[in-house]
Amino acid sequence: MKSGSARHGGRSPPYQNTMTAPILTFAVGNESRGDDALAPLLVRSLEGRAETAGRVELLEDYQLQVEHVTDLSGRSAVLFVDADISCAEPFHFSEIAAAHDNSYTSHAMTPFALLHTYRQVYGTDAPPAFLLRIRGYDFELGNPLSDRAAANLEAATKLVRELCAEADLPRWRACLPDR
Amino acid sequence: MTDNTDNLETAAHPENLRRVAIDPVSRVEGHGKVTLLLDENDHVHQVRLHIVEFRGFEKFIQGRPYWEAPVMVQRLCGICPVSHHIAASKAMDMIVGATITPTAEKVRRLMHYGQILQSHALHFFHLCSPDLLFGFDSDVAKRNIVGIAAAYPELAKQGVLLRKYGQEVIRVTAGKRIHGTGSIPGGVNKNVSIEERNYLLLDIERTIAWSREAVDIARKLFEQNLDLYNNFGTFKTHTLNLVRADGALDLYHGGLRARDLNGATLFDHYDYSHYWDVIFEDVKPWSYMKFPFLRSLGPEQGWYRVGPLSRVTQCDFIPTPLAEEQRKAFMAFNGGSATRATLGFHWARMIEMLHAAEVIQELLHDPDLQGDDLVNIGKRQERGVGVIEAPRGTLIHHYKVDEHDQIVRCNLIVSTTHNNQAMNEAIRQVARQYIDGRKLTEGLLNHIEVAIRAFDPCLSCATHALGKMPLEVELLDVEGGQVDVLARSSDGRFG
Repeated sequence: MKSGSARHGGRSPPYQNTMTAPILTFAVGNESRGDDALAPLLVRSLEGRAETAGRVELLEDYQLQVEHVTDLSGRSAVLFVDADISCAEPFHFSEIAAAHDNSYTSHAMTPFALLHTYRQVYGTDAPPAFLLRIRGYDFELGNPLSDRAAANLEAATKLVRELCAEADLPRWRACLPDR
Repeated sequence: MTDNTDNLETAAHPENLRRVAIDPVSRVEGHGKVTLLLDENDHVHQVRLHIVEFRGFEKFIQGRPYWEAPVMVQRLCGICPVSHHIAASKAMDMIVGATITPTAEKVRRLMHYGQILQSHALHFFHLCSPDLLFGFDSDVAKRNIVGIAAAYPELAKQGVLLRKYGQEVIRVTAGKRIHGTGSIPGGVNKNVSIEERNYLLLDIERTIAWSREAVDIARKLFEQNLDLYNNFGTFKTHTLNLVRADGALDLYHGGLRARDLNGATLFDHYDYSHYWDVIFEDVKPWSYMKFPFLRSLGPEQGWYRVGPLSRVTQCDFIPTPLAEEQRKAFMAFNGGSATRATLGFHWARMIEMLHAAEVIQELLHDPDLQGDDLVNIGKRQERGVGVIEAPRGTLIHHYKVDEHDQIVRCNLIVSTTHNNQAMNEAIRQVARQYIDGRKLTEGLLNHIEVAIRAFDPCLSCATHALGKMPLEVELLDVEGGQVDVLARSSDGRFG
């Protein structure tokens, strides 16, 4: 995984990325919590692959927080990847928009709230953003990825490789389930 | 345990009471649940904070080689992984018989104070400011950071950027944003380069300035709402924290200091490598979380409080000038009333944030950060104890390692566990003050949550998967039938 790049000069607004890959794929999850490992495992499988070289930055964290808005700036598109305990199997892919939800009040923001925070910090809309929810089942500490989740991961990884290879918004939107 | 209805821990006749649950408590880390037992006239008979937590931490660590511990323990908690990283590293220093080098200690300190800064910033600016700036029972639709951003846009932005600065300090010192490997048994695996130092220096003046302003906000809130802040959930308690050998506030290392509820010293500069001689953990049948107590006072009387309020009030001084000036003002304010107040936590926490920013600046100018002497190894030991003052309070890591280098025993006492009884006492006090005999409303129930949030508890499970974390408040009649229910979904919406 690459660390987030950071500009070393003066900045307004601060920490705005200036030399970043156009696509950000941001995985959210904890690899030691059973199926919460889905997203981290997915982005790690993309490291060093030709589909991502030079165009896609891969980041991960345990959960989304306010400071992650600084990772979104300067991108053409952002793909959030997360485990989901209730979505349809094997995954659900959607384009998302900023929203006022109350996850602001928790330590684990939703991607929608993060996009809204971006607007507050930078004064402009965040880049186009997509959310890939991968169905998980078991989130206990110390448990490995479940077999069912592993099957879902395989299907989701195939989609993300295709998205990264295209890195093109119309093509991404063509992959949305209602298109 | 205590079967005393006066203290609201256990009702005498729970079968005749209706139960209200706040599940989970919002704006705290992880899962917490509060249950209240009320009679038909809405008088409160029992209040309990439950931690809905999987206690598998120790088992998760057992069987692993000791050198993996500083990395593995970061996966216990997505909120304060750096605290576990450093506490485990200090314990492993003992295992490898090391006295770490100046460069190693200063790099770790820099990492730790970066964690303190970012954690305190998030708590004050984003988790507590809605209650503090709008009121505990203000419009729930406004009482969140969206409301703060609309009414105080600069404040909300500062919170984001202070948090980001702390995270950048962690990234530079730990080597990575998460799963950092910077701290290892016996030292660190990298120093801080001149380029990295210069990068972090770019924003340190602004970070200090914003931290000073945050202390001012916390102080003014206390001044402007003096009766409320003095009395809300306030109770007398013993305290526990680390202090430096000269009595200074030190969040990375020191000896244990405990004072009783009248301020008399119970023990001081106690070597934490034998913490079990002064601290023991009680269990209660209704809670997954243990109840630590000071051995000399016993389980009934020996519970105590840890965290910013204890640290700032119990140290002899803060070794950075701006924070020390603020500590003196805090101690002197209104005859010292803020030092006893549960809501004094917020003011104390901001003083610590300012201190953290000052320490970061001092360290960045210290050439030892660029030293090459990173690791020291001595004679291998069987047992290691690491203690730090984490953002939320004293954090103890204790390991036993066998001859095959495997961890065979592990005991963690996290800050929130130390504060277990104190948090229960705070919410019982609030229940007496605000809930007893009154019709329940969301605003009144939020008063309970405000008291818990003051401690900034980490009940974290680090599992955040979308679709989890619903909240449900149930009103049950005396037969246990559901009278009403209020549900909050994973995105925080009520329905």
